[in-house]
Amino acid sequence: MLKTFKLGGVHPPENKISAGNAIEVLPPPKSVFIPVAQHIGAPATPVVKRGDLVKTGQLIAKSSSFVSTNIHASVSGKVKRVDFAADSSGYPKQGIFIDVDGDEWVEEIDRSEELVKDFDLDGKAIIDKIQEAGIVGLGGATFPTHVKLVPPKGMKAEVLLINGVECEPYLTSDHRLMLEKADKILTGTRLLMKALKVEKAVIGIENNKPDAIQLLTEKSKTFEGISVTALKVKYPQGGEKQLIKAVTGKEVPSGALPIAVGAVVSNVGTAFAVYEAVQKNKPLFERVVTVAGKNVAKPSNFKARIGTPTEVLIEAAGGLPEDTGKVISGGPMMGRAVSSLNVPVTKGTSGILLMENKEAKRNEPITCIRCSRCVSVCPMGLEPYFLKVVSEKQVFDRAEENRIMDCIECGSCSYTCPSSLPLLDYIRFGKGKVGQIIRSRKK
Amino acid sequence: MSITVIYTIATLSAIGTSAAVILFFVAQKFKVYEDPRIDEVEEALPAANCGGCGYAGCRAFAEACVKEGDLSDLYCPVGGNETMNKVAEILGLEAVKKEARTAYIRCNGTCDHRPKTNQFDGATTCAIASSVYSGETDCQWGCLGYGDCYDACDFDAIELRPDLGVPRIIDDMCVACGACVDACPKDLIELRKRFPKDRKVVVSCRNQDKGGVARKACSVACIGCGKCEKVCPFDAITIENNLAFIDSDKCKLCRKCVPVCPTNAIIEENFPPRKVKKEEKEVSTAK
Repeated sequence: MLKTFKLGGVHPPENKISAGNAIEVLPPPKSVFIPVAQHIGAPATPVVKRGDLVKTGQLIAKSSSFVSTNIHASVSGKVKRVDFAADSSGYPKQGIFIDVDGDEWVEEIDRSEELVKDFDLDGKAIIDKIQEAGIVGLGGATFPTHVKLVPPKGMKAEVLLINGVECEPYLTSDHRLMLEKADKILTGTRLLMKALKVEKAVIGIENNKPDAIQLLTEKSKTFEGISVTALKVKYPQGGEKQLIKAVTGKEVPSGALPIAVGAVVSNVGTAFAVYEAVQKNKPLFERVVTVAGKNVAKPSNFKARIGTPTEVLIEAAGGLPEDTGKVISGGPMMGRAVSSLNVPVTKGTSGILLMENKEAKRNEPITCIRCSRCVSVCPMGLEPYFLKVVSEKQVFDRAEENRIMDCIECGSCSYTCPSSLPLLDYIRFGKGKVGQIIRSRKK
Repeated sequence: MSITVIYTIATLSAIGTSAAVILFFVAQKFKVYEDPRIDEVEEALPAANCGGCGYAGCRAFAEACVKEGDLSDLYCPVGGNETMNKVAEILGLEAVKKEARTAYIRCNGTCDHRPKTNQFDGATTCAIASSVYSGETDCQWGCLGYGDCYDACDFDAIELRPDLGVPRIIDDMCVACGACVDACPKDLIELRKRFPKDRKVVVSCRNQDKGGVARKACSVACIGCGKCEKVCPFDAITIENNLAFIDSDKCKLCRKCVPVCPTNAIIEENFPPRKVKKEEKEVSTAK
């Protein structure tokens, strides 16, 4: 019997339309907008100004604190301006506009495709290189990787989990990456193991990707300490805590970090980025983005530069289908609809989904019928219907008591609700407010 | 038979008497003195329990009035000066006179003025919509129109206007309790001085973007040009962050700022029609 997590979970239709399409390198667009806050933590500080000439891979914004990352130019050209522009939320965020001129890379980057397996560096040096390259968790949460690799005092990592689950419907970027860059991902995993000083790494892959499981199992034999575990298909298995439960059987306590049970989780995309940063000196300035949807002419997996406008990606995939109801950045379960197509690809953009009208529109919500389906599908064991009510009525102390901060915002409750209640909308709002209250209390 | 009745009555009377005696002493021992004036003050208050005074309700406000012994920081916006005078009379104190206020929603971004660029499909409350993204139009400062202020109002003083896309305050009903001010996540609502006949001159915009951006998103946005500031004879208008603001305490309703505004962002309400100059009149009748 295949492993999976115990509590809750749903089975949305997989729709992995673009799984068979190889990763295509997208040429740099005419101009890019690179926001300085693409990660969790403090925004980076721009170090270039208007009129500066930059090369691809050059540092353009410096990490401003420990929980923050460097941002690098994804194209070469002239800095048009450092200004505020709307990001996917519609609110203006600071960023750097660059007009593209040619594609000249910084000399230090090794652009050959040759596999380098060089494990001479020590852990500290690897972490420094990761920090320098501005690597964040590429699964979508965009937590700075170098922070994750330094466990808090008194805690020790025992196992590294590499997340190749990709449980979100439609998305295939990690799947393609595993098939095409298996050696490099495994090398990156070894490097991460070295940085963490752990002897064991497990790559978790859902059973709907048998080719990736087979390939990685085969290749991992030559890498000491790395094994592959096939997992039963269930959403949200790609959640950090769910993956730990599925693979190791350990449960992360409420409010604690995964390191509390000795686990560190990284995405396959992150492992690949680590490989490129450490062995090829290449900072994180491009990533694989799935562009898919039921009516998309050419569902694709693009390797796109950070800052590329969504519009360019959609154009490359055959243009916007006529009855598109929503354009979603990320997966259909956790992603967010964008309010404009000028929104740039950031480090956390795993997919651009063009949902057809029928699929995209939510049903009119009706009253809660107390069926408690949301309770049975919640992978964190919460009571979404109750959290919705207390968030709506703004009784935030009750929300906190009922562990609203444990919500991983997977959307299983909203997905399963027969009354079409936007449960997650309310819970996310409540979670934000409770988070604010907790932070102000600490001060 | 009769003996049972007698025993019962005797026992019950004994229990009753002893309980009464105990209760009497307990009541003496644990007596809480409550100022009778609290009840009197509460009686004088409007009993709206709206929280506009900053206290949890009328009772809490009455307690505060009696306890403070000074009414300079206490004011019931619902009852106004009349109520405060009554309270002052009961307590033998001096009430502060305050000018009556009324709420105003500083956004004129109706459907005609502010085109929609996208559609929101989430939970329809302003608080949630504003926490998720900037709104259905290009103006990130303007009214979302889901009516959190309407829900917050205890006095039916706000009407939802789906035809306009922006709610409106009904001046006759508004008591300036400030519940809507707190409810609006975009901070659009302001408590302004109430002029006779509810006349008002107000910059109906909160857009702090640069002129071009603001104008592109909404045809009646304040672009911060400063013309009104120059023309104002009373220094009532200030420009900050590309946005004009009319201080209602300084404004004398001269209306000089209204015609100079290039985007019609300044609104005059409840004034009699302006005297039209002769030539203009002829033109209009010719039409």
